Amino acid sequence: MERCLVLWVPDWPVAALVRARGETVPADAPIAVLAGNVVVACSPAARRAGVRRGMRRRDAHARAPDLRIAAQDPGRDAREFLPVVDRIEELAPGLQIIRPGLAAIRIRGPARYYGGELPAAQELIDRLRAEGFADAAAGVADGRFTAEQAARGAAPVLIVPPGEAAEFLAPIRVEALGDEQLARLLVQLGVRTLGEFAALGDEHVLERFGPAGAHLHALAAGRDSRRVAPRRPPPELAREIAFDPPLTIADQIAFGIRVGAEEFVAGLAAHRLACTELRIELVGEGGGSERVWAHTSSFDAAAIVDRVRWQLDALGTRAPDSRAPDARAPDANASGPGTPGSGSRVADALAEGVASVRLSPEAVDPIGAHEPGLFGGTTDERVHRALSRVQAILGHRGVLTASIGGGRRLAERTVLTPWGERTPTRTDTDRPWPGSLPPPHPSAVPLTPIPVVVESAAGAPVRMRDRTGLDAPPSRLRVDGTARRITEWAGPWPLVEHGWDPAAARRADRFQVVDETGSAWLLLLDGGEWSIEAGYD
Amino acid sequence: MTNATAVAQLRARIEQAERVGRIGRSGRIAAGAPILPAPPELARALPDRGLRAGSVYALGRSGALLTALLAASSVAGGWCAVVGIPEFGVEAARDAGVDLERIAFVPHPGDRWLSVVGALAEAIGVVAVRPRGRVGDAEAARLGARLRERHAVLLVQGAWPLAEARLEVESREWTGLGTGHGLLERCTAGVRITSRRGGASRRARMVLAGPTEPGRVWAGRDAQLTGDAQLARDAADVQGLLDARLQMAVG
Repeated sequence: MERCLVLWVPDWPVAALVRARGETVPADAPIAVLAGNVVVACSPAARRAGVRRGMRRRDAHARAPDLRIAAQDPGRDAREFLPVVDRIEELAPGLQIIRPGLAAIRIRGPARYYGGELPAAQELIDRLRAEGFADAAAGVADGRFTAEQAARGAAPVLIVPPGEAAEFLAPIRVEALGDEQLARLLVQLGVRTLGEFAALGDEHVLERFGPAGAHLHALAAGRDSRRVAPRRPPPELAREIAFDPPLTIADQIAFGIRVGAEEFVAGLAAHRLACTELRIELVGEGGGSERVWAHTSSFDAAAIVDRVRWQLDALGTRAPDSRAPDARAPDANASGPGTPGSGSRVADALAEGVASVRLSPEAVDPIGAHEPGLFGGTTDERVHRALSRVQAILGHRGVLTASIGGGRRLAERTVLTPWGERTPTRTDTDRPWPGSLPPPHPSAVPLTPIPVVVESAAGAPVRMRDRTGLDAPPSRLRVDGTARRITEWAGPWPLVEHGWDPAAARRADRFQVVDETGSAWLLLLDGGEWSIEAGYD
Repeated sequence: MTNATAVAQLRARIEQAERVGRIGRSGRIAAGAPILPAPPELARALPDRGLRAGSVYALGRSGALLTALLAASSVAGGWCAVVGIPEFGVEAARDAGVDLERIAFVPHPGDRWLSVVGALAEAIGVVAVRPRGRVGDAEAARLGARLRERHAVLLVQGAWPLAEARLEVESREWTGLGTGHGLLERCTAGVRITSRRGGASRRARMVLAGPTEPGRVWAGRDAQLTGDAQLARDAADVQGLLDARLQMAVG
């Protein structure tokens, strides 16, 4: 499992607010950021005074009368975070933003460069502190989820050794999974910690909570599949949305890409994939901006639109409705505290507007066939549950789906794939397969041919006389000791396999026969041995 | 969707509508017990003009007959599963109209085939199984209750206590093959249907296998094959519906 470092700046909305205002705020000033009437983040001073997340404005004021209050602005959060990311990337490239205030990086490279995971983490933390984030923390662990939990408990660096993720996660409360509904349900069931959740059986979790729950279950057990082997998704799944004329207003761009984003997600879903890391390229007249975003579970269309908006916001493409008290002119970006030059350069490139937005999946996860809604029906969800239950009884390979592939032998033309795996796309079905049979196709195709005896009227075994025919007309078919008279027959149809390769080349002859009971068979004569390749009954 | 598939699907719907109408008038079946489509020639000989949801039908060894029954459901949009029949001919099933996207295979259920069938019947409309060993009355009754509750149909290749009806291929006639020449072309079979509710066995003739062109199903073309006047009329109805639908699409 891939070692991962997560950097965390606590109370990011507050930190972003302070940076955006560009003023020096005393460290002990109580500040709260509100969404509507509810506190979503507060400064340490406010917290000391008793202000908590989820508290209402009036209650917060009652606890801390000198509380400074600002409205939540996700755009501001993202805008302020990207320059910080750029500063860290000067030390270690390849940072992925999980969300503003939280970023992940594969630790292997930096660890090698700085001589270990701890020095590397320390280096990044020092840079964050130099940027003015005294509370910044870093966690290093197997997988992103564990690393995030480590960062949250770090002071300022916490390293979970390889293989100890499950142990580390066990005492953490299930709310950490970030799925309120699931957490509430688990608590009702008496499951309070990740360790207790992980102890539940895989198939029970899948059955009760569906694929999303099963994914969280794997996270709780320290089995974070997401970063293990990022699969290189096929490039045709990328999507480009062009604007003519180029758009300058973030709202218009966000609106314009919504349909494209939905198609992008649907295109991945058609391949039974979910995007966990997304590359967004904004292309303008003189260049563009490019960034990789990570998601804790997977990107849906709304999440993609949000990321595009954040990326735009960070460039200073100003949304007309950003009437927040800290709203700045686009050019203020360059003079903002700690803003590197690169930001404004890109902003210049997009000054004439965004001509196109390109979405490409950077890493994807198989979601199985089974994300709810993928099939668009409740029946199929039930079918999935039923088939999964059978897989729980018989094993993964117990339930198969079939497709028709290419080939001459009947048994090899049927491609069986375990339920939930992607059916291999075969393009060679329609190619002519010389020697393959015309329809009607047999209704029974044993996996291996069944040996039989074919006799002539005289009772002698029938053999090939030469390449074109038998030495005597077949008259009797003996299967398992019982003899049946052959009433009609035709053949041979030669079956040549691997004709281009003398070592692997095989030649056999096929015959169709109908016996006295009316049963029709496809017989195979291979090196003097008769067998039933298939039956038409 | 090719026209042939469209015709077959529409036909299945019409047949179902007709069956429901008939059954509603006769009042033989409690409301709410749906009838799943069967191939038209068989439907006419079946007690309920189709496969009665929640019932078990026992079949002989014929894989082609099983395929035809699965295809009738699949063409109408239902899911099927095939349990314990490892040699099931997938290509023939596709030709008959079975949608390979909506069929699951459990070729080797072993001794747990009964629990597998029970689990599948929860969600899949038509489950075909070849039992491994004898089935006790109690087990059959338990599974029967599950089938009735979930409105599923079980097609058993073999013996089954309390099967709604037994369908067996009595005779087959193959065309196309001679002595030393030709190619199998078409199989017309005589099927005997014995109902549990008594009465004489009924017989039906149907095409079990026929030539296909890629992407076409022969299920939609048997009117010409059998020359059955009723079927020809049905097909005309279907064509009318199809035209109406096309007009709607155009308008």
